[in-house]
Amino acid sequence: MTPVYFDNNATTKVDARVLEAMLPYFTEQFGNASSLHAFGSEVGAAIRGARRELQALLGAEHDHEIVFTSGGTESDNAAILSALEASPRRRELITSAVEHPAVLSLCAWLEKNRGIKVHVIPVDAKGRLDMDAYEAALSERVALVSIMWANNETGTLFPVARLAEMAKAHGILFHTDAVQAVGKVPIDLKSTAIDMLSLSGHKLHAPKGIGALYVRRGTRFRPQIKGGQQERGRRAGTENTPGIVALGAAARLAGAHMAEENGRVRDLRDRLEKGLLQRIPSCFVTGDVENRLPNTANVAFEFVEGEGILLLLNRAGIAASSGSACTSGSLEPSHVLRAMSIPYTAAHGAIRFSLSRDNTSAEVERVIEVMPSIIEKLRALSPFWDGSGGEARFNPVYA
Amino acid sequence: MWDYSDKVKDYFFNPKNAGLLADANAVGEVGAIACGDALKLMLKVDPQSDVITEARFQTFGCGSAIASSSALTEIVIGKTLDEALALTNQDIADFLGGLPPEKMHCSVMGYEALQAAVAHYRGETWEDDHEEGALVCKCFGVDEGMIERAVRVNKLTTPEQVTFYTKAGGGCLTCFEAIEEVLARVNADMAAEGVIAASAAYRVGSIDPRSLKGKPRGSTPAKPSAPVSVPLSVTAPRQSPLASLVPPPANPAPLTAVQRIKLIDRAIEELRPFLQQDGGDCELVDVEGNTISVRLSGACVGCQMASVTISGVQQRLMEKLGMPLRVVPVK
Repeated sequence: MTPVYFDNNATTKVDARVLEAMLPYFTEQFGNASSLHAFGSEVGAAIRGARRELQALLGAEHDHEIVFTSGGTESDNAAILSALEASPRRRELITSAVEHPAVLSLCAWLEKNRGIKVHVIPVDAKGRLDMDAYEAALSERVALVSIMWANNETGTLFPVARLAEMAKAHGILFHTDAVQAVGKVPIDLKSTAIDMLSLSGHKLHAPKGIGALYVRRGTRFRPQIKGGQQERGRRAGTENTPGIVALGAAARLAGAHMAEENGRVRDLRDRLEKGLLQRIPSCFVTGDVENRLPNTANVAFEFVEGEGILLLLNRAGIAASSGSACTSGSLEPSHVLRAMSIPYTAAHGAIRFSLSRDNTSAEVERVIEVMPSIIEKLRALSPFWDGSGGEARFNPVYA
Repeated sequence: MWDYSDKVKDYFFNPKNAGLLADANAVGEVGAIACGDALKLMLKVDPQSDVITEARFQTFGCGSAIASSSALTEIVIGKTLDEALALTNQDIADFLGGLPPEKMHCSVMGYEALQAAVAHYRGETWEDDHEEGALVCKCFGVDEGMIERAVRVNKLTTPEQVTFYTKAGGGCLTCFEAIEEVLARVNADMAAEGVIAASAAYRVGSIDPRSLKGKPRGSTPAKPSAPVSVPLSVTAPRQSPLASLVPPPANPAPLTAVQRIKLIDRAIEELRPFLQQDGGDCELVDVEGNTISVRLSGACVGCQMASVTISGVQQRLMEKLGMPLRVVPVK
């Protein structure tokens, strides 16, 4: 039985064509792009080629607006720290309650250790940003807004183009963590006011350890890694050529598969959701159903706990992930589901299925077939399940 | 994913004694869905012999919670109530070939449900304990009694272990100091009884709660029976100018009240020059039990680092006196 991988928001498999493109840069094309000899100049050309592929995927005006980094977390850190350094009189940040820890943890650290005031904008039950709170937080004291393009757990899309326009009116830089969005939804940066954008290679079938930060031409930027003139002085360190070439190839493939992602993959996801909702009582889809990534389904199964579901799925050869507390080592369910005020009866049983172009309809059918018995088995064990879809009478002590 | 033992996996995938027990005469219900796990334990007790003849469970929770509940039913069947009451959560964990440290609270939940079921059978009310002791952790509804039992039974000596075993402090962490106080008090009693070494007993203020949040969780099982003592590098506040002054722990010989106050006073006198260097000062105001009141003056007043200074003073005094103390600033 071949395993079913439905955890593509965690990481993706490197595309065979990407691997093929990068391999020569470990062996024959091993030069340092900064060298003057032929070894170096060939590598320099390959890096330029990759930069242009990313420029095309992102709809950037200039290829030099792409800065290669080690991945999404470095890009997020670079954008936020640079913005604060470049606007020393602006001592506030705006972000959302559902950002990735790469942004939220850094903001918390800056608040505690650098005295930066952080406005964390709440979301509603569907995970949509509170626009009134956002508007109220905008001021000339704010250095940067950092709001994700798409949420990693629910797939909910944020209106980043509009948010960026609003920020610009106050002279605020706008950064978006687009790690989950790049390659899944069309992006055209030159028609927006977005100043910076983070992306990560391993979410779009490139390897881990490579990513990029888009920095709009003319944006005040302060490098966080100093020590060389690579990337026009914005990110020092000898280029990760195999990774960069791989990211370029992955960007080209992502562009070529954009229609498939929003057609066939979306259909698979919809079929999966429909199948699960039809066959399993007391479950619902979380997030902004009308406005989200085409590959992500986050389904909350009431009265059961996510870890049990994942263990049973894993035994059936199916990989998914959960916002439940027990799987993460933390004791509370995911900050995203809590920010959305998903009731505890469901938040503990929320499962994320994230698909990619590698998945097939046979795989979707297998999950639809396996899932009902897993939920049934766990509900039979649960004191909260009364067998008919309601909540059983259960009044434990110290509840 | 967790590194569960084969037995945990087996008891999760093929749980024994799951479901309702219609004619149960001893029922214990603990936990809450908001907390992520809950257990209903149902026992059938023979009134003649007090022997548990049947046991069933229903559990909402992770794999190890289900496995722990099932294991508990297997352990108690055939035991008398008194024998069952003598069991601890460690027996459940041992039966399963061990649990990851972060999951020990699953075994504690089983233990609590068993106590509740027996109390129910005997017509006692298994205190929600909120009456017996104050609710310590509001996020997970953990009271003082539960923390106390878990600390005693498992010989816990760090706040992190308390979180692993009871979940208390696993949420917002505002209860951290309350957990510290319970832990230090119970540890002090245990040390006095010779259950744990005095050097292993937890002292209030020796861990910065910020070091707990987001800390990478180890996968090696904790060995609570051999309590870990907190290394100095952790106890000494890093930013404190006093950190380098911390001497090796003094011999904890019993002191008279006057000796103690003298010792405290002398320790503070030794610290004052360092505070004066920074334009501050500190004087002893009162000693009441284990609480020492001090007054900070000069540049210390309103200084953001005052709390660091206080914890530095506290650390210094604890090392000097070899016992848990709490230093509080007074105006």
